[in-house]
Amino acid sequence: VTATGLTIAVPRGALFGETLDLLDRLGVSTQEIRANDRRLIFPDLGVITTRPSDVPTYVEHGAADIGITGKDVLLEQTDREVYELLDLGYGYCRMIVAARDGDDPLGEPLRRRGSVRVATKYPVIAKDYFARTGRQAEIVEVKGSVEIGPLTGLVDAIVDLTASGRTLAENHLVEHEQIVECTARLIANPVSHKLKADAIDALVQKMREAVAP
Amino acid sequence: MIHPVPPGTRDVLPDEMRELRALSARVLDTWQGAGYGEVWTPTLEFEDVMRRGDDRSAAAGFRTFDDQGHVLTLRSDGTIPIARLVANRFEHADGPIRLCYFAHAYRAVKVRSGQPREFLQGGMELIGEPAPDGDAEVIALTLEALNAAGLRRHRIGLGDGALYGALLSEFEVPEPARAALLETLSRRDLVGVEMRVRRLGLGDAECELLTRLLSLRGGPEVLDRVDGPAARAVDGLRELYELLSERGVADRVIFDLGLVRELGYYTGVVFEVYDPAVGFAIGGGGRYDDLLARFGPARPACGVALDIHRVHIAQLEEERQAS
Repeated sequence: VTATGLTIAVPRGALFGETLDLLDRLGVSTQEIRANDRRLIFPDLGVITTRPSDVPTYVEHGAADIGITGKDVLLEQTDREVYELLDLGYGYCRMIVAARDGDDPLGEPLRRRGSVRVATKYPVIAKDYFARTGRQAEIVEVKGSVEIGPLTGLVDAIVDLTASGRTLAENHLVEHEQIVECTARLIANPVSHKLKADAIDALVQKMREAVAP
Repeated sequence: MIHPVPPGTRDVLPDEMRELRALSARVLDTWQGAGYGEVWTPTLEFEDVMRRGDDRSAAAGFRTFDDQGHVLTLRSDGTIPIARLVANRFEHADGPIRLCYFAHAYRAVKVRSGQPREFLQGGMELIGEPAPDGDAEVIALTLEALNAAGLRRHRIGLGDGALYGALLSEFEVPEPARAALLETLSRRDLVGVEMRVRRLGLGDAECELLTRLLSLRGGPEVLDRVDGPAARAVDGLRELYELLSERGVADRVIFDLGLVRELGYYTGVVFEVYDPAVGFAIGGGGRYDDLLARFGPARPACGVALDIHRVHIAQLEEERQAS
């Protein structure tokens, strides 16, 4: 049995460092994880590491009891049957609409063509946002750097995450609207949430204290 | 050349089919032995019937037209057709009616999610027996059927489907905040629930109860941690626990005061069946005292449906661990 009695899905990428710091504070020694950049699974610690967007998949199917991922991932995968237990506060970033600088880069295509073309890695969030704000949008899903979309004429605007805004500025893009603020969240498998209630509650309590401002 | 089947459906080959038949037979034997007669209802129902039972359930169905232009739907739920059948065929029956069924149900789900659109349900319905005796009988027979199927580690999560809504009424939470809160809860977004509760402008004690209640789950001791307006609903659960103790199955019960079930017709006790081998609930049910009155004479009722394929997965895991 591991220190927490649980299997935890840890996101590699932007949330990786702070998630490991958090686990250290909870008494899960992460030295082994930090020292093995290529290993993905650490049975002694009860830790698996995956892409942030795969964390809900592992948790929903019960391959991990709990996991940590960004609110952006959860908003994009709304149909996942997982509990969202705790806002961990770190990994702050914002989902925004950006376009080239100008008077009205979104309004003009809407007025004259009836819809605005938007490139994004988050088609669910983008579609929902433009529908909610009463605008017809043509969503172009891309997998990689979305910032070049407006510069190449592929689209009028992008929907993307930004933390510092540096990437936007380097690509001559300006933030026009904020959709939602995102932070890291703790999620749990619904069956584990019942069958391992004590272990999960103990961990949630410790995390609550560890991330309290 | 591959000829595809629709996403969310699949073929079953002889080895698995034989095991599914054997599993279903054990569950059926248990229920028939307890006086539950097996019935069959049409795979196609008029959409009006499903909608009369539960709007949300009907919305999740596949539809087609018949030659008269009537809208038909593939059965998306096992309980609503039984309520219709009882109203049509047992109108004058005295005393409780005990029925069970093994049939496929069909739901439109997002294909990417890996959930089936066609799934085999084994269900039982106890109609005309009020709470808590009826609930205790259904829960005990659910557990007994799973024992017969060879499961050893299964548990029942037990809550009250009306509890949270009743609390919101007690605290006079107005629409649309109430609907938004219940919707957030049904998505299991407890962070969102906490945020919305804080925005309601209630007192500290009310806020605390509305958030703490959702994480209360465990043995009968969790019922002692509930006070205030929720205490009465919890008395019902306590009474049920007594009956389950008498039947010798109380050790399998996990109380879960935050439990929500997606179907709209539940009025009292709701439950879900879990096995550690499967990441999803392998079955669920509850009390639906208002449903029968939508089709005929009002009768209290309680029922359960097991997802036979998921029970099979749990059974395979038990076998693997035993060998």
